[in-house]
Amino acid sequence: MPDQLLFAMEVSLNGLMTGIMYALVALGFVLIYKASGIFNYSQGVMALFAAMTLVGIQEGRVPFSHLINSIFGTHITEFGFEVPALLAILLTVAVMIAFALFVQKFVFRHLVGQEPIILFMATIGLAYFLEGVSDLMWGSEIRQLDVGLPQGINGAIDNATFEALGYGFFIDNLDISAAIIAAILVAVLIAFAQYTKQGRAMRAVADDHQAALSVGISLNYVWILVWSLAGIVALVAGVMWGSKSGVQFSLSLIALKALPVLMLGGFTSIPGAIIGGLIIGMGEALFEFVVSSNDLFGAWFGFTFSATENWFAYVLALAFLVFRPQGLFGERIIERV
Amino acid sequence: MFYREAGDYKTSYAQDNQTFPIAFDRYRYYFVVAVGFALLPFVMTDYLANAILLPFLIYAIAAIGLNILVGYCGQVSLGTGGFMAVGAYTSYKLMTAFPWMDMVSVTLLSGLMTAIVGMAFGLPSLRIKGFYLAVATLAAQFFLVWLFNRVPWFFNYSASGQISAPERSMFGWAITGPAANPSVKYLFCLLFVFVLAWLARNLTRGSIGRQWMSIRDMDIAAEIIGVNPLRAKLSAFAVSSFYVGIAGSLFFTVYLGAVEVGASFGIQKSFLVLFMIIIGGLGSIFGSFAGAAFMVLLPVALTRIFADGFGWDTALARHIEFVIVGGLIMFFLIVEPHGLARLWALAKEKLRLWPFPY
Repeated sequence: MPDQLLFAMEVSLNGLMTGIMYALVALGFVLIYKASGIFNYSQGVMALFAAMTLVGIQEGRVPFSHLINSIFGTHITEFGFEVPALLAILLTVAVMIAFALFVQKFVFRHLVGQEPIILFMATIGLAYFLEGVSDLMWGSEIRQLDVGLPQGINGAIDNATFEALGYGFFIDNLDISAAIIAAILVAVLIAFAQYTKQGRAMRAVADDHQAALSVGISLNYVWILVWSLAGIVALVAGVMWGSKSGVQFSLSLIALKALPVLMLGGFTSIPGAIIGGLIIGMGEALFEFVVSSNDLFGAWFGFTFSATENWFAYVLALAFLVFRPQGLFGERIIERV
Repeated sequence: MFYREAGDYKTSYAQDNQTFPIAFDRYRYYFVVAVGFALLPFVMTDYLANAILLPFLIYAIAAIGLNILVGYCGQVSLGTGGFMAVGAYTSYKLMTAFPWMDMVSVTLLSGLMTAIVGMAFGLPSLRIKGFYLAVATLAAQFFLVWLFNRVPWFFNYSASGQISAPERSMFGWAITGPAANPSVKYLFCLLFVFVLAWLARNLTRGSIGRQWMSIRDMDIAAEIIGVNPLRAKLSAFAVSSFYVGIAGSLFFTVYLGAVEVGASFGIQKSFLVLFMIIIGGLGSIFGSFAGAAFMVLLPVALTRIFADGFGWDTALARHIEFVIVGGLIMFFLIVEPHGLARLWALAKEKLRLWPFPY
């Protein structure tokens, strides 16, 4: 097999793995959108906040230490103990649920019945707010996150592909565990939505607010539930991305990566989020591979491009939307006067 | 007691349709314009111009532009930063390629170029609506920034990848470059703001403005009563981008002088201008000014209070700024979705009846 083809295969495989990470973020969007019609721009910042909180609790940092030190002139930064990973994760989940309560009580309860675009802009405000809170609580330095996930090259795949094709594929263990965790997460979410009482209530609200209210489902409760779930999904995404590239501000930008995934897959479909993520992950990796390669693109056109990941996903989604405005799996858009 | 229509007789249709129907408002407007043109240039300092007035004026143009698109035509755009970059880079290419060209032409041509680019990116709006479109405009944002960052022709193959404005002058006064006087820079921007705001006000209350508003309120219904959605949407994109392009051009040539595209015209800039119009008031020219003033003054005030007043480090003040800005956005959307402009209008209503409110 020619080298270029092997490289391309490796690149697409890695792209698929990245795509799963995008899909993880996109999942949180879909959950909230389905149940409340809110397009939650702050999902990425929620992932950052969750990961920051997890690291902060694990390392036993004092929240708001910068602020406290500035006001009182003290020099406290850490409690001086470390929290085991599992307990820290549980505590972070508690924080995310508290955040869901806060958001519902102070923001979105007051915005019921507003236009979707107003709700969208409110979540942009929420993203700024949460980003500021996250920085105030834990500082804005880059933190290393380690919850015991395997890292580094996967030896088994490397060996197997080397024997079969004569070229070992580089696949990160972290990406593989991300894929497995994403699969489990989706299975659990679907099972939750299909087979539990709360899940049924959630689907009822998603279908029709008014009808759900009239059979005695508490809208408030369901929305808190959904925001908590989105917070937990954000935590998972934050842990994955944080283990991969450190917990830092750029983590919140993965939300921007998840948006084209959503446009492609449709805002209302969980399988759509996964497939959209895979298409975008693979598409942008392959596109970058081709246009930055001297042998392929350079040989035909005489110049090459780089860093196309920033916009490729958007342009792909945009081109796609022009032909199918509701995305791959979205519900058909029906408009009436 | 002075704030009344009573006694102010209107004898023509033109008088009946004027922007400021109340005499007091009219004189206040003349007064503000007079202070802006005749008083402020003589008391200008470097700090006043660079920290407050220049960014305020330039962001006001950008906010008016975005308000035409979002507030009047209802097409949410997150590509403002990218379009500002188009204006800035067009100015740079024009200034370096045609050194004899005067600054007014350069700025206007930059606006026109941005209008063309804006129309191209506005085309999908005919098929995509709501936040699908908002996300689609992000494509413009990321693609344009990447383009100016990666294609060396745009920054004339300079090693740093930055662009910097050469010195240009009009009537013997330097407008751009390090030698320019802050009063001259201020007047140059103010002139554009004055003309563009006047134009926007009159566009939005004319036939084209009504078409935009009918598209915003319900595009299918508007189409049925005979508004051409293609023309209405594309003209909104064109006019809006024209304004935004001029703002970007002035931001680069007059205000900053040297620009690195990712830092100056990134996604943060798009959000900043969007916040200005949300806080100021969607669908209001006055709101664009109010929002721009608010968002320019807020960081200055917060730095003053927290960093200079309390002696905290600036990073902390910045984080608090994020919390406050985010909180205010949510607060305004909950309490008053029409922003500062609506509060202003309410205050004026109250004032008309004062001191006998019945």
